[in-house]
Amino acid sequence: MSKIVSNKALKRRYLKEKIFKGSAIFALLVAASFLVFFFTNMISQGVSALSQAEILVTVQYNEATVKSYRKAVDKKYRKIVSRGWLRTLPLYMEDHPELMGTGEEKWVLATADVDQYLKGKSNRLKDKYKKQIDKLQEEGKVKLSFNVNFFTRGDSKMAELAGIKSAVVGSILVLLVTLAVALPIGVMTAVYLEEFAPDNRVTQLIEVNINNLAAIPSILFGLLGLAIFINFFGVPRSSALVGGLTLALMTLPVIIITTRAALRAVPNSIREAAYGLGASRWQAVFHHVLPLALPGILTGTIIGLAQAMGETAPLLVIGMMAYIPDTPTGFTEAATVLPAQIFTWAGESIRAYEERTAAAILVLVTILLSMNAFAIWLRKRFETRW
Amino acid sequence: MQQHTMKRFDEELDALKEHILAMGGLVERAVGNSVKSMLEQNEKLAKKTIKRDRAINALEVQCDEMTRDLLVRRQPAAGDLRFIMAIIKLVTDLERMGDLAIGIAKGTIYSLENPPRVFSNLDIMSEKVIRQVNRALDAFSRGDTELAMIVIEKDDGIDTLYKRMYREMLTYMMEDPHSISSSIILSNVAKNLERISDHATNIAEMVIYIEQGHDIRHVDHEAAARILAGEDLD
Amino acid sequence: MKTSKISINQLKLWYGESQALHGIDLEISEKKITSFIGPSGCGKSTLLRCLNRMNDHISSCRIEGSVLMDGNDIYDPNVDVVQLRSHVGMVFQKPNPFPKSIYENIAYAPRIHGIASKGLDMDNLVEAVLRKASLWDEVKDKLHQPGTALSGGQQQRLCIARTIAVKPEVILMDEPCSALDPIASAKIEELMDELKKEYTIIIVTHSMQQAARVSDFTAFFYMGDLIEFGNTGDIFTKPQQQQTEDYITGRFG
Repeated sequence: MSKIVSNKALKRRYLKEKIFKGSAIFALLVAASFLVFFFTNMISQGVSALSQAEILVTVQYNEATVKSYRKAVDKKYRKIVSRGWLRTLPLYMEDHPELMGTGEEKWVLATADVDQYLKGKSNRLKDKYKKQIDKLQEEGKVKLSFNVNFFTRGDSKMAELAGIKSAVVGSILVLLVTLAVALPIGVMTAVYLEEFAPDNRVTQLIEVNINNLAAIPSILFGLLGLAIFINFFGVPRSSALVGGLTLALMTLPVIIITTRAALRAVPNSIREAAYGLGASRWQAVFHHVLPLALPGILTGTIIGLAQAMGETAPLLVIGMMAYIPDTPTGFTEAATVLPAQIFTWAGESIRAYEERTAAAILVLVTILLSMNAFAIWLRKRFETRW
Repeated sequence: MQQHTMKRFDEELDALKEHILAMGGLVERAVGNSVKSMLEQNEKLAKKTIKRDRAINALEVQCDEMTRDLLVRRQPAAGDLRFIMAIIKLVTDLERMGDLAIGIAKGTIYSLENPPRVFSNLDIMSEKVIRQVNRALDAFSRGDTELAMIVIEKDDGIDTLYKRMYREMLTYMMEDPHSISSSIILSNVAKNLERISDHATNIAEMVIYIEQGHDIRHVDHEAAARILAGEDLD
Repeated sequence: MKTSKISINQLKLWYGESQALHGIDLEISEKKITSFIGPSGCGKSTLLRCLNRMNDHISSCRIEGSVLMDGNDIYDPNVDVVQLRSHVGMVFQKPNPFPKSIYENIAYAPRIHGIASKGLDMDNLVEAVLRKASLWDEVKDKLHQPGTALSGGQQQRLCIARTIAVKPEVILMDEPCSALDPIASAKIEELMDELKKEYTIIIVTHSMQQAARVSDFTAFFYMGDLIEFGNTGDIFTKPQQQQTEDYITGRFG
């Protein structure tokens, strides 16, 4: 028997393996470094949006304030305190009439320029104000506190008040509509095509078309939504309803394809067992095949929804790019979605929006990652071993 | 007939058949020699024949081993199964034939001190019986059911010959008391020959079983012929 | 004394253009075990699947001729396939219990056919059926564990139990032991011997020894034709057709 020792040909084979393995690892590292770069960049830019500058001032609740809100604070503070916040005072005093005639010292939102100056970023603050702020800082009358407004308020023309709440609520409403429309229609279509449809020309034609739909540029779905839902059916433009319907059209092919794959993965022996016992076609599918395909269906749906959540182009066309400061309360009110908000902010010239754009991107990415993680957990939890 | 997919099986069956035919050849010789030794009063030949029986017994043991092997390893069915079952019985018949031949040879030795004066039809009868054995083994070798039928039919003739010889011996014994011992010996020799023929008939019946699946033992040969012709008996 | 339970008359079957069965005439006797043997592709499984109309699920499949059960043609348009299958059950080659509990596996069919509903009725039915399938002692403490957690042999007995839960008259078995080890196979064969007191059984098998051990009647098929049919003892000791002889003695191919 010849000795079991490497020869030249074998060494070459091992070398090829090492090269192959090395290139695979290299590709992985390149992809990973892109990710790392993206996250580092976003986090470094966005983390500052979590804090907002505040100034300790005396606020006067009196008649003058009600007539002209700028009178609520001393003159020297008027230019450095947020006008947007001051504007809320008259209404606030109406709700709390007991405050009339009093004054208090409170931490008040500063303007965006002050905020950016304090964070050390470029700003348009005049030098005299800079000196004022420095002095106030020495006196301890200036601080950076947690930016609650980012999460509790909608978009604003004043950067210091701008938040993502209306965009997030809008996104959720749109997603709910998409889910409610695309999931039942998609699953039932897939069930019909996979389990009941005869294998003829018509069925094959439908199949080919569905597969193609999954590859159509998303902006075309926006045009479709515009034409059908807005122009023909008269659904309110820019509403969560029309956004959801349009995205449902887009997600439908994805759900149909993943559901069919999940149904096909159920071994035929299960169907045969059911038929052998005298189950009808519907009984076999609903009692046995569908429950077993459910994990796959859910995973596909969640991934489809995650895709839809990040879509901007189709929503452009149906008008969800407008300036929406108020949080929508129903499906037919005007709304915007998070990616659209990011797009708008990214185009603003005011510096303060830069950090908010980055922060909003991080929020969006976190949501998408969580959805995908949930989908993976679901799949693992309900995986059946045959 | 087509070969078995397992070629080894065919080889094993052929080997078994060879062994049977070899055993048959030894038996044929034993019968012939034992009768010859009686007719010629040849002590040496008789003794040699008796010694050679060992070979026949050895072949019997070998054949039994081979059939047992085939049964357990090949799980034979249909024609193969019938063949092997027939062989199990054939072997017994051949071994008994060998023993009967030895009986004749022993008779020769006993008869030496008082040799018979007349051998009656012994030579004719022995010729017929040897031919029966020959035919039966031929029929087995070739799977010839017609030849087997002939063996079965001719068995009656041999029975008749035996009865005649027996009566003849009786008359000799009554005429001359000195011939009693030799007559008894001759009568026994004839009896052995008749039983050898019976065993040859058994072999012929087994041939029919192998080829056609009908077990015609214990059935009279007229009925047997009709079965073979394909008639249904009730 | 044998009575005919299923009568197959000039049954022909096509898959699209190719003909798989060339006019089969066969009588299946009641409460006996009949085995179908023959080389691969001879049509024995195809014929078996005609008897509970499983071939209906293949769109390219077309048949001519008739299959009568107790005198009624099962291919009559008035016959409800779903009902038919509660009279003619089937056990498959690879054990295929539902990935549900053992209890549920058995309870499913009686429930959809309205034979029993929840509660004591069903409990009793499940126990009775598992006893008949010689499985009760092994699983009585774990009825709510998944059926797929059992061993191969137990799974197949579960599938048999599931089939007899709807009280069929005929049980079709398509190579039920081919995925099992010899001991599990032997248990199934023993079970078949018990079951034939109540049910008519037809088994397709690749193992001639199994057919010889288990069946009362044997049918030998080749290339879509029924070559020979008769008593198992006769078929295996003196078959009439040369093809049968060749197949049984291993002279094929």
